[in-house]
Parts: sequence; structure tokens; C-alpha cells
Amino acid sequence: MSALEVGAVVAEGSFPLTRDSLVRYAGASGDFNPIHYRDDVAATVGLPGVLAHGMLTMGLAVQPVVDWLGDPGRIVDYQVKFTRPVVVDAETGAVVSVVAKVGAIEGELVRLDLTVTFGEQTVLGKAQLRVVPPAG
Amino acid sequence: MPVNPAIEGRAYPPTAPYLVGREKVREFARAVFATHATHFDPEAARAAGYADVVAPATFPIVVTAATLEQLLTDEEAGVDFARVVHGDQRFSYSRPIVAGDELVATMTITSVKSIGGHSMVTSESALTDSAGAHVVTATSTLVVRGDE
Repeated sequence: MSALEVGAVVAEGSFPLTRDSLVRYAGASGDFNPIHYRDDVAATVGLPGVLAHGMLTMGLAVQPVVDWLGDPGRIVDYQVKFTRPVVVDAETGAVVSVVAKVGAIEGELVRLDLTVTFGEQTVLGKAQLRVVPPAG
Repeated sequence: MPVNPAIEGRAYPPTAPYLVGREKVREFARAVFATHATHFDPEAARAAGYADVVAPATFPIVVTAATLEQLLTDEEAGVDFARVVHGDQRFSYSRPIVAGDELVATMTITSVKSIGGHSMVTSESALTDSAGAHVVTATSTLVVRGDE
């Protein structure tokens, strides 16, 4: 606990997404909105391409933190705003990167701030976790 | 058509119970790139003090599909799903979901706002277990785009 300082990076990760990832998430989550797997439908509604589900981005962005915590039950609260889409190219896919930093120490809890980027831009805003930090 | 502001404060009936299956947890965990053993291995989960595999942090979204359906089929609400964009999402936990849980979700519409021709609908869905104890509350804001 004493080792945790505001601004310290506690976890990071990089996630290569393909169209397969989106189809897998659609099946697992039950969200079959075709903008997540059909180029023609995405184009019809004015999107720049097939998008990753926002909830897929939120779901993967927490995984480096879970590994750091060593116990998913240490997560007390997790919130995000969906600010920019992740366009997943059919051939080259998309890479989403995550950095988790200590944002604040709040008594027994630690607030972690996630920076989640695709290309050069952040895709989630106010992505914050409140966690019970690992012992030691 | 904007979302009907009169649905602010509306509480919907509890959903039918959702039984959390071990293989569903594993399937969802793979889909969100989870790697921690407690999501996959019942022995690892038990060693960490859980009855069975632990669902990933965003798994409640699967259970709240039923409350989203309640909102979309509420004709008075007037939410056109083709115009819906997910604005934000929050999960506030009392404890993690584990396989074997039987969960009921109860949704309340906490806010309906109109901003620049768009409507923003915020809902809170409280998930409780078969003992009636709170597990997690999922708060979500949907942005319903107005006519362009």
C-alpha cells in the first residue's frame, strides 16, 4: 500500500482486435447490432466503418488491472464514458492500448484512472476504477 | 421524436431470474480478453474464496439486456433503438457475480434530458441475488439522436 503513489502506472496492456473479436463478443454478450460486423450496415448509418462494441472496449480495458489486483472481487466501482469509436478494419484490425495509473488514494480504496487509446486518440473518457488494492 | 420526459422516475418490474452459468462466464471472459484464472478455473476461484468462477467486471451488461428490452418495448418511452448510442456505463459492486448466482434486475429511469435535439436517458438497474441481497448496480446513459 505504501508503494502506491498518485501517478504511478500499475498496469498496462495492448489488445489487437479483429473482426473475429467483434463476432465473439457479439455472441458472448448478446449484442448483435450489425454495425459491429457488417460494413454495409455501418456505411448506411453514416459510420466510418465497423466499430468495436463500446462494452467490448470497456470489458478489455479492465483486464490488466484485474491481473494486477490478483482478484476481480477487489473492484468496487468501474465507470467509463464512450467518447470515440474504435474502427476495426476487416484486414488489419485495430489495436487498443490501456494504461492504468493511480489517480487518488481514497482511504481504503484506490482510484485508478485508465487511459485507453486507439491510434493516437483516447476512446474512453473518465475511465475510472475504485479498487481495494492488493496487499503489500 | 424525443424521448418522453414523463418516464423520468419510472420503475419497471423485476426481470425474470438470470442463472449465471459457468460456461457463459468463461465464454464472456474469453470475449473480453480476460486471463485471470478465477474467471476460468473453479479451483482457482474457490482458492480465492468464491463458490465458482467469477464473472468479469462488465458481465452485468449481459443480465441487463432484459431491462434494456423493457425500456425499448415501453411505447410511452418512445426510444428508437436505431438512433441509440451508448453514452456512458458504470458498475457499482457489493460483490462480484459468480457462476450459480440467480440474478434479478430492477430498473429505474433516473433522468431524461434533452440536449441540442438529442435525448439522454439514464437508468439504474439493481441486480439482486436469490437471497434478495444487492450484488451490483449498473448505471447507463443512452443518447438517442434526434432528427438530423
